[in-house]
Amino acid sequence: MAERVRLVPVLLTLSVALVVSVAAGIALGSSVIPIGDVLRYLGAALTGGTITSDELSGYTIVWEVRTPRVLLAVLVGAGLSVVGVVIQALVRNALADPFVLGISSGASVGATAVVVFGVFASLGVYALSAAAFLGALGASVLVYIAAMSKAGLTPLRLVLTGIALAYGFQAVMSVLVFLAPDGQAARTVLFWLMGSLGGANWGSLPIAAVAVLLAMVVLLRNSRPLDVLAMGDETAASLGVDAVRLRRWLFVLTAAVTGLLVAVSGAVGFVGLVMPHLVRIVVGSGHRRVLAVAPLAGAVFMVWTDLVARTLVAPEELPLGVITAVIGVPVFITLMRRRGYLFGGR
Amino acid sequence: MDVALTGVSVDIAGKSLIRDLHLEADSGQVVGLVGPNGSGKSTALRCVYRALTPSAGAVYLDGTDVATLTLRDNAKHVAALTQDNRTDLDFTVSEVVALGRTPHLRGNQPLSAKEHDLCREAMDQTDVLHLQDRSVLTLSGGERQRVFIARALVQEPRVLVLDEPTNHLDVRHQVELLSFLGKSGLTVLVAIHDLNLAAAACDRLGVLAGGELVAAGAPIDVLTPDLVRRVFGVDATVVAHPRTGVPQLLYDLKEKA
Repeated sequence: MAERVRLVPVLLTLSVALVVSVAAGIALGSSVIPIGDVLRYLGAALTGGTITSDELSGYTIVWEVRTPRVLLAVLVGAGLSVVGVVIQALVRNALADPFVLGISSGASVGATAVVVFGVFASLGVYALSAAAFLGALGASVLVYIAAMSKAGLTPLRLVLTGIALAYGFQAVMSVLVFLAPDGQAARTVLFWLMGSLGGANWGSLPIAAVAVLLAMVVLLRNSRPLDVLAMGDETAASLGVDAVRLRRWLFVLTAAVTGLLVAVSGAVGFVGLVMPHLVRIVVGSGHRRVLAVAPLAGAVFMVWTDLVARTLVAPEELPLGVITAVIGVPVFITLMRRRGYLFGGR
Repeated sequence: MDVALTGVSVDIAGKSLIRDLHLEADSGQVVGLVGPNGSGKSTALRCVYRALTPSAGAVYLDGTDVATLTLRDNAKHVAALTQDNRTDLDFTVSEVVALGRTPHLRGNQPLSAKEHDLCREAMDQTDVLHLQDRSVLTLSGGERQRVFIARALVQEPRVLVLDEPTNHLDVRHQVELLSFLGKSGLTVLVAIHDLNLAAAACDRLGVLAGGELVAAGAPIDVLTPDLVRRVFGVDATVVAHPRTGVPQLLYDLKEKA
């Protein structure tokens, strides 16, 4: 492998791409709003300017619908990419993604319960998110307890426990759907399971934003221990890193962020699995570089994915999981074949 | 820095891996651990670099019980080449070597120019400088071993713990590594299978069998035909190296049958 690419140009390019993507994401859709108008509406919303009454529908689309949705795409893309990087280091497995620990299945049980039985009805529009988050939390706790042993959370045990419990949660969810009085529930659940940003509103942003930003900062400041973790537990000890303790707090961090993201966007698959690999292929495996680039790359990817999902067959929406796979699979396989990428052997 | 294991026992899951082990290495000495597979060499070494905590007894560095040190402080004094040496990610050689600075750096603090020089010197020392931009996953076993030794050296330890460092190394690199240990001035604890290399490279040897220390002392006193037969189950003739005088074993293949 040649010398590493320089980081600063990559970060600058991605930052510009993100700004352009966000603007495009807000301007484009089932109705196209000229970028000048978009900027004027945003300016009006932020600084309290005035708009005319016939601009009201455009303003509503830009400020109430698309802006929170695009920002949520940014958060989900960035968050899932970062969590994916961490989880692959945590369980030392290239096939791990944020949902490998059963968190999404747990969340889906919670969400299904809302759709089918109307639990948490008193929470109104937040019922689904709240139930999903509780489900994710419950699943994480269960996985943690079941995987815990004297030697701490060992990578293989974590993966196996996560996968086993995921099957259990899926069974529960299937029963719930089966018992549901109408077919609409199944459709809603499926759509939610494949991920959607359709429910985005300003209210869903702050908690997710704080969680993702906090995780990014904490992890970026601790990227060297993550590198050390990849060397094995014994070597980690000889380098002064307590792998058992590190793994424990990485688990808590990833479970919290994944749970919060799943609660607002469903289980958006593929991003958390593939984005870490894509980024490693380009900038190498050092976690400082990967963790700096992954959130930007993930955010750009997710904004465009969501744009395609809501415009391709407008006014219908496709599940995000479909689009991430359609775009991601060929890109990933092409890059992997071209760059002689290695993860865990030849 | 002196290293002393005093009465160290390790029990894991009801199995006793080493029992009441006493072993000392004076500052600057190279002490070899020899013994058949499963005799407890690696277990003893793990207690020194803190991958294991003894069930009884203690490890002392210059009289300080290592249990009172944080892992990080321990790692500032003790570097190790472990046997758990796979890596999952395709780090470059220089990235892996730089990780040796981990215990000396806070969080993500970047390496200073001086530390980069240190890394280059270490890679030069172990003859991997020409590989510095290669992915560690593409290296041969011996090359990778030398990369990990370089990583241990940039830790600037005063004690070096090496678990079978000559594994995968070709003859030249085996000899180079072991002669370097003697000249390094570091206190070295090394587990090694090749008794002749051990005899040539070590000031003292500790012989382990079934988790217990059965002999310790200068190679000339320890490596007797009787002990070799008892511990390793092979017949050997001990001769003095014609030039250096260190004991060397000639194995008797025919008489084994």
